[in-house]
Amino acid sequence: MVDTDILIIGAGPCGLFTVFEAGLLKLHCHLIDSLPVPGGQLTEIYPKKPIYDIPGYPIVQAGDLVANLMKQIEVFKPGFTLGETAQTIEEAEGKFIVTTNKGTQHRAPVIMIAGGLGVFEPRKPPIANLEQVEDKGVEYIIRDPEFYRNKRVVISGGGDSALDWTIYLKENKIVKNLVLVHRRTSFRGHLDSVQKVMDMAHAGEIELITESEVTAIHTGNNGHVASVVIKHATQGDLVRETDHFIPLFGLTPNLGPIADWGLDLEKGSVKVNTFDYSTNRPGIYAIGDINTYPGKLKLILCGFHEGTLAVQSAFARLYPNKKNVLKYTTVNGVSGF
Amino acid sequence: MKDTVKVTIIDREGLPHELDAPTDMNMNIMELCKSYELPVEGTCGGMALCASCQVYLESDTTLPEQSDAELTMLDQAFHVKDNSRLGCQIRITESIEGIVLRLAPR
Repeated sequence: MVDTDILIIGAGPCGLFTVFEAGLLKLHCHLIDSLPVPGGQLTEIYPKKPIYDIPGYPIVQAGDLVANLMKQIEVFKPGFTLGETAQTIEEAEGKFIVTTNKGTQHRAPVIMIAGGLGVFEPRKPPIANLEQVEDKGVEYIIRDPEFYRNKRVVISGGGDSALDWTIYLKENKIVKNLVLVHRRTSFRGHLDSVQKVMDMAHAGEIELITESEVTAIHTGNNGHVASVVIKHATQGDLVRETDHFIPLFGLTPNLGPIADWGLDLEKGSVKVNTFDYSTNRPGIYAIGDINTYPGKLKLILCGFHEGTLAVQSAFARLYPNKKNVLKYTTVNGVSGF
Repeated sequence: MKDTVKVTIIDREGLPHELDAPTDMNMNIMELCKSYELPVEGTCGGMALCASCQVYLESDTTLPEQSDAELTMLDQAFHVKDNSRLGCQIRITESIEGIVLRLAPR
């Protein structure tokens, strides 16, 4: 069980900066994020893109802003549970217990939801019975290549991840056979990888089927994937027997499990009171892109402000009888834990 | 110089919406749809990184060539057709007067 003062759901810029503001009030933070590294969308979607509206920075690359935030909060020694999704929430003895999809438990009197766009999940192709065959031959992420040892595999997708895994699984002689399905005739991945895949296809090491999409999955008696139907733009349907179908189409965000946390929602965002960015559940706050209120602007700088106000309220909630005045870092410096 | 153009967006129920689109607000089609509260998410904010604003070009309007970023994104999206475009990459200018776009399925 991880115990902390403020449990922050989401390690994007707002979640990270909240650690700093909480630290100034001597509150410890722990962050949970479904991604394996901190930074949220800045890291996952646009690490190399410039941001022009961070006060004091005429221009800053998203990845650099995250690195700077990590440096800024280092002194407050935040804890991280990365690569896990906050799944369930319970209340016990005045505290919340949040459990992740991997079973890690966290206990805190205050929850700060800084979930941004939500949980990044694999983009799933529109195939009718896809969800029924998840983990029965359909995987969206290759966790352990050995899992595919001597298996027949169909990979779908045209990006770097589809190309890289095709090369890896075949070059290392892991899979029995491999079919790569791509919607177009050309690939937009790294040129080296594209060339290698083309060479492999030419040499008959893999089967490359372009101008095609996997449109149906057939299962055997055990419910496991047995074959896929591949629709070719001009040649009609092709069927390939396979043990695994791996669609690799990148990640896309969804609100995720917090949709079931009993919070008032509006169009997929968490409604908050702008006095302190509290939600309808006392002790749970929502800051940054995940919240909504009249006049809401989804800007990093607004999220910083929201987090700052929310931790002041959290402090008052935790220590109702303690006197607290706003301290200036210029006067008092920053003393860490 | 005209400061608005007519843009028709056909929603996912097949209903056409004729919109007045300002040419002087540095807007794109994704933002236009959002401003009229049409069901377009624009999750990534317009960086051609999520494809939630995919539309099909149904008029013979000539649009600028697609960028690498847009083509790369469409490679990872679904329901993609030859006339697929990302709404966020279509700038509202005088040259798109009368454009007809259909929202792609989610």
